[in-house]
Amino acid sequence: MVGLIGKKVGMTQVFDDTGRLIPVTVLKVEPNVVVAQRTVDRDGYSAVVLGANPQKESRMAKPVLGQFAEGIQPMRDLYEFRDFGRECAVGDTLGLDVMQDVGYVDITGTTKGKGFQGVMKRHNFGGGRKTHGSKFHRANGSTGMAAYPAKVIKGTKMAGRMGGERSTVLSLRVVRIDQENQLILVKGAVPGRKNAVVRIRPAVKRSMIG
Amino acid sequence: MDAIKAVEAAHVKENAENFRIGDTVKVHFRIVEGQTERIQIYEGLVIALNNSGLRRTVTVRKLSYGVGVERIFPLHSPRVQQIELVRRGRVRRAKLYYIRNRVGKAAKVPELVRRKER
Repeated sequence: MVGLIGKKVGMTQVFDDTGRLIPVTVLKVEPNVVVAQRTVDRDGYSAVVLGANPQKESRMAKPVLGQFAEGIQPMRDLYEFRDFGRECAVGDTLGLDVMQDVGYVDITGTTKGKGFQGVMKRHNFGGGRKTHGSKFHRANGSTGMAAYPAKVIKGTKMAGRMGGERSTVLSLRVVRIDQENQLILVKGAVPGRKNAVVRIRPAVKRSMIG
Repeated sequence: MDAIKAVEAAHVKENAENFRIGDTVKVHFRIVEGQTERIQIYEGLVIALNNSGLRRTVTVRKLSYGVGVERIFPLHSPRVQQIELVRRGRVRRAKLYYIRNRVGKAAKVPELVRRKER
């Protein structure tokens, strides 16, 4: 499936034809370069490696530099897209024209780091009453049983680090594509802060025609 | 940031705000009913302007059969066809919410008379 690497610019609102305000996220897709190709014969699977955000050679480690063929500028962000479904050769640049007649997209990114958070925010626990003599407010409550199993089961939901993890938002409607300014507007929110790197692909759970 | 401004600028109407707080205006509002489309005119007193840029809104108050009605119009909405200035008002506030608590003559805003400049 085709895909692109973009950057989150920020959110705003636009009017549609009927005069309703739609909340949109603006994403910028600077030209993506095909850095390498994975083939079934050699790698056991088929994929295309796209790169975005050119980086100075001096800022890259030599082992990382090794994967850029001659004549290709080193890129900071590299992502593989499996079964690309579009003919391309190493060195080609891809832009938003790839997404031209796509109606809905999935966006993958890294969520904002929230730090150490309690169970109510992190796992949507209900918590207890604030008043009427209650002494149970935002604590996690019981974490397990008694003499058997005599331990806390692995993976029990507790307080801890939240955010900063990979997240995919499915089926966001494409509101507009601005080829000239390399912008794509999608309805709704997208993981990550401003300037965060996101990956865009046609929606897998929704028809591709808008 | 500039990209956001560029996206918004495409929707912003120029000179949409040709009135001030305290003015009486006629809002030409497009209403779509199924297939047909018509323009409804809503006349009233501008009691508040909120937000900025694309999200700028105007609150217009009028009395309809003795009942106060307030409508908030997004200034840059494509459904707001035109805002016609009927009468200028002389006010000393940016928000005229006190009008809500007044009845009859006390709820009137005096007309703004501009003296000729010498």
